[in-house]
Amino acid sequence: MEDLIKLFDLYGASLIRNIGIHLLYVFSSVAAGFFLGLVLGILLSRAPKYSKVILPVLSVFNTIPGIVFIGILFLYLGMIPATVIIALSIYAMFPVLKNTYVGITNVEQRYLEAARGCGMNRRQILFRVELPLALPTIIGGLRMATVYTVSWAVLSAMIGLGGLGEFIYQGININRNDMILLGAVPAAILAILLGALIDVLQKKVTPRGIQKEARAK
Amino acid sequence: MSVKIIFEHLYMVVAAVACSIAIGLPLGVAAYFFPRGRKTILFVSDVLQTVPSLALLGIIMIFVGAGKLTVIIGITLYSLLPIVRNTYLGLSEVDPGVKEAARGMGMSKLHRLLKVELPLAFPVVFTGIRIATVNAIGTTVFAASVGGGGLGSVIYKGIRVMNVKWIIFGTLSLMLMAVVFDVVMGMIERRLNQKFSGPGARNPAD
Repeated sequence: MEDLIKLFDLYGASLIRNIGIHLLYVFSSVAAGFFLGLVLGILLSRAPKYSKVILPVLSVFNTIPGIVFIGILFLYLGMIPATVIIALSIYAMFPVLKNTYVGITNVEQRYLEAARGCGMNRRQILFRVELPLALPTIIGGLRMATVYTVSWAVLSAMIGLGGLGEFIYQGININRNDMILLGAVPAAILAILLGALIDVLQKKVTPRGIQKEARAK
Repeated sequence: MSVKIIFEHLYMVVAAVACSIAIGLPLGVAAYFFPRGRKTILFVSDVLQTVPSLALLGIIMIFVGAGKLTVIIGITLYSLLPIVRNTYLGLSEVDPGVKEAARGMGMSKLHRLLKVELPLAFPVVFTGIRIATVNAIGTTVFAASVGGGGLGSVIYKGIRVMNVKWIIFGTLSLMLMAVVFDVVMGMIERRLNQKFSGPGARNPAD
């Protein structure tokens, strides 16, 4: 216990700073990735012909580990926060894009027909029928994007840009377990908390009509 | 040298996924049999996958020390979720009529599980194994940070000495590995689904 207090005395300020930096990376890149993924996902769902080619290609790119994006951008852009944010945004984009596409294309044909029968035009159908029905799936993608991003943001420390990874890397390098935990435990808590937060959000945005169906599953 | 690193990577992935199947399959069965424990089992495996990989590996390293064992334990825990969830889903989606028939024939619970329910659920379980494997290939990159080697170490080294060739070699090998596993296991999956074109023909965790 005394050790813990001493540890916080020494590193408390830098812990709070690094949590802040970590969150900043996560929020800015998830926001950018979400926006990009949403827009591209909607565009792809309008053109199913091209999507059959584009989606598999994207899922191959999705297998590239986040560290490679950070590494390659680091070589070209240098040691600036934008490197991390751009790399993580690209990474966060994939699950949102995929889930937006899947969510929209999975909307049942009968709803679209009903909407068309009501005299809705294509834009109205998109915003009033397809997107609301796809929203739970899209938020599922957002959750994946957020959890991944918290995980990969740990790597920003590898190129000297702070975040909770700083403690983990330092701890591993100088072989100090308390330092590793000082980074690992808050990072784990952060990921779990953000994941839980988005779960709540997902429940909130599920249209009431399909909540019952979802529960019956 | 380079081929050795690819095999090192593969070894960690395969070992971890094998352990994960050995632990995850019984856990999935337990979640199916005991509704009470279900929430806890699914929640814990969900949390394990949510924890940032490097943080998980760092924490395990404290107890086990640097090396491949740390990586294998970490990736095992990390891969549990898709396997546990799909085992549970697969079992609970077996046609109730078939279960009823098996019970009517006087089969015991264990007999039913081994002879009827698990075989019918297997395509869904296999989907979980495929997802776990492809994820594990990517996550094992972190092995390099805790002294486990593998393709991650090539990429790390490339970034440190600013050698784009190494980064690209590491990345392409990783992508290739992931795609090959995904495609081959996907083919097996389709074959399985044709064989049991029952309730397991869906793909719930994708």
